[in-house]
Amino acid sequence: MSQRVALEASHAVAEAVRMADVDVISAYPITPQTHIPERLAEMVANGELNAAYIPVESEHSALSTCLGAAAVGARTFTATAGQGLELMHEVVYIASSMRYPVVMAVCNRALSAPLNVWGDHSDAMAVRDTGWIQVFCQNGQEAFDLTLWAFRVGEDPKVLFPVMVHLDGFTLSHVTEPVILPEQSEVDRFLPRFQYPFALDPDKPMTHGAFGPPDIYSETKLAQEVAFRKSKKVILQGWQEFGDIFHRYYHPVEEYKTEDAQTLLLTMGAFTETAKIVIDERRDKGESIGLISLRLWRPFPFEEFRQAVKGAKVLIVFDRCISFGLGGPVFAEIRSALYDEEPRPKVVGIIGGLGGRDMSEEDFDYVINRGREIAEKGSDRILETVNIR
Amino acid sequence: MKAQAVKFGEKLVPTKEFLAEGHSFCIGCGEALALRLACKALGKDVIIANATGCIEICTSPLPFTSWRVPWIHTLFENTAAVISGVEAGLKTLTKKNKRPVRDIKCVAIAGDGGTSDIGIQALSGAFERNHEFLYICFDNEAYMNTGVQRSSATPYGASTTTAPAGKFSIGQITRKKNMVAIAAAHDIPYVATACPSYRFDLMKKVRKGAEVKGPAYVHILSPCPTGWRYSTELTVKIGQLAVQTGIFPLYEIENGRYRLNADPPKLKPIEEYLKLQGRYRHLTGEQIERIQEMVNEDYAKLKKKVAASPM
Repeated sequence: MSQRVALEASHAVAEAVRMADVDVISAYPITPQTHIPERLAEMVANGELNAAYIPVESEHSALSTCLGAAAVGARTFTATAGQGLELMHEVVYIASSMRYPVVMAVCNRALSAPLNVWGDHSDAMAVRDTGWIQVFCQNGQEAFDLTLWAFRVGEDPKVLFPVMVHLDGFTLSHVTEPVILPEQSEVDRFLPRFQYPFALDPDKPMTHGAFGPPDIYSETKLAQEVAFRKSKKVILQGWQEFGDIFHRYYHPVEEYKTEDAQTLLLTMGAFTETAKIVIDERRDKGESIGLISLRLWRPFPFEEFRQAVKGAKVLIVFDRCISFGLGGPVFAEIRSALYDEEPRPKVVGIIGGLGGRDMSEEDFDYVINRGREIAEKGSDRILETVNIR
Repeated sequence: MKAQAVKFGEKLVPTKEFLAEGHSFCIGCGEALALRLACKALGKDVIIANATGCIEICTSPLPFTSWRVPWIHTLFENTAAVISGVEAGLKTLTKKNKRPVRDIKCVAIAGDGGTSDIGIQALSGAFERNHEFLYICFDNEAYMNTGVQRSSATPYGASTTTAPAGKFSIGQITRKKNMVAIAAAHDIPYVATACPSYRFDLMKKVRKGAEVKGPAYVHILSPCPTGWRYSTELTVKIGQLAVQTGIFPLYEIENGRYRLNADPPKLKPIEEYLKLQGRYRHLTGEQIERIQEMVNEDYAKLKKKVAASPM
């Protein structure tokens, strides 16, 4: 029998890693990620999980260690946040380009300077081009579910890409919620053993990581992009299988009360749940408004996204990050994704929730009102923001 | 003469090559010679993690490879972390009955820059965590792969492209970082120096390092005709002179005990070593004298440690 328990979202991630029977965990402590590796270290120490826990000396080494372990066929996991993700940045590219299906939880955190350990999406946006499959969680249940799903999809022989599971620092990572934990037998049915087809083996010597001169580098990169886009099929299949076993079905783009909505709000991550309350209130008042949330961030779900916004007049994109000199990064991508659509909604972007700044229901009310205003009259500001002095 | 050499070699050196022909090392490369011998010493049951550098570049241009053993290269500074993962992965998979019990040596290889500069943090971490692996530093005393830029392993007085000798500079103004002492400071069970001019000694040390329980470190001086600017046929001789002058002594530190493997009754003057190399061409008599003093000092320090070690 599955059981419903109160779990901190970080611990829900750790539970998923335990039930996935991971072989090697390598991590370096950084706020707000610490509760994940702490719980895993505890599980290894008291025998709940049969794995190697490697307490490395940096995030760069945390992911590098996972590369080595994955190269010999081990199921691997690491977790980080903010500066840690920045420090491992070059290794992030290696994991995807060398096709090691490492699973990494990122408790999204702002980037220094000034130093700030609280949540926003700056760290996630800095790695959006790295070739990892990336998903954003809204709550503790998703943190558990998507972590488990990440192993299933990343390790699929047709995929072999690393997967990043984003959960907002503090506003999700440190929140205790009811989480349904499945039976181990159900997990085993969902997640087969990792059979890495290219494991380093003295009986079948293989060269991993040869260098690519100009006459071959472009071809390797194109092949990577083709394989990455094709992973979408297994991503969807993984969610279907997940739903069939655990009865929770996930989709790349979550549509919430979008039917016939003239105005759409777009969010990612934990603030989606706050925004939903505002949508409910406005729907109750008879407003034509809905919400879409991007769960799958990479590969970008073009098809599902375009379908989700069809018919809307205004699309307000809420960003928790500034791309300096450009604006909101999600906003910029969304607008580009809709450029060829006819008709398409007017797309406006508003930035807020930086470095742990809270977003209340009133703040989302402002986002919606201001968004509609900009859509109608345009904006004369350098940057449209919410709750920033 | 040829037949005799082969017969002689057969008894001491395995004839099987794990590093295939067709690589692109420079003519007279001391590192290639050292690597070839190290691979023979390691044998078939090995996984090698390689840092970015000369060895990596000269053995792996896609779609070709010179490696007849499993080999992984990812980045420059993380090789000790990658081999940590390889070792932990193999151990855990074996423990969980996901792979058969088998003794596979985990070996990390890197140049002096990848070891004593950019890779030192990952290396120190891997030593401290007590992974069972051998780390081999192929020291050619500068960033040769990128065109002879100075590293912390470049010796005092050598001219490189980023610490060139000039009117106001002797070239390298700092003393060579003592990586062997740094490795030994981690209290790991085995640390040694080697040089391909002393091939049997090199192979013995690589084998020892691979077999010891816990981390091991072997630091191999790898003469480089391109960067040190000497005639390509002199590689072996220059390696011999490095040892005979005492600027690169051959020694081992086993469980904290120091032992010199070659201790000539009288060291040759350092000038004999320096004068063959273009990187030292600018040195004055006085400067050479200063280097001689440094060598004497360092050698005396080492001898003290040897004398203080119980037999």
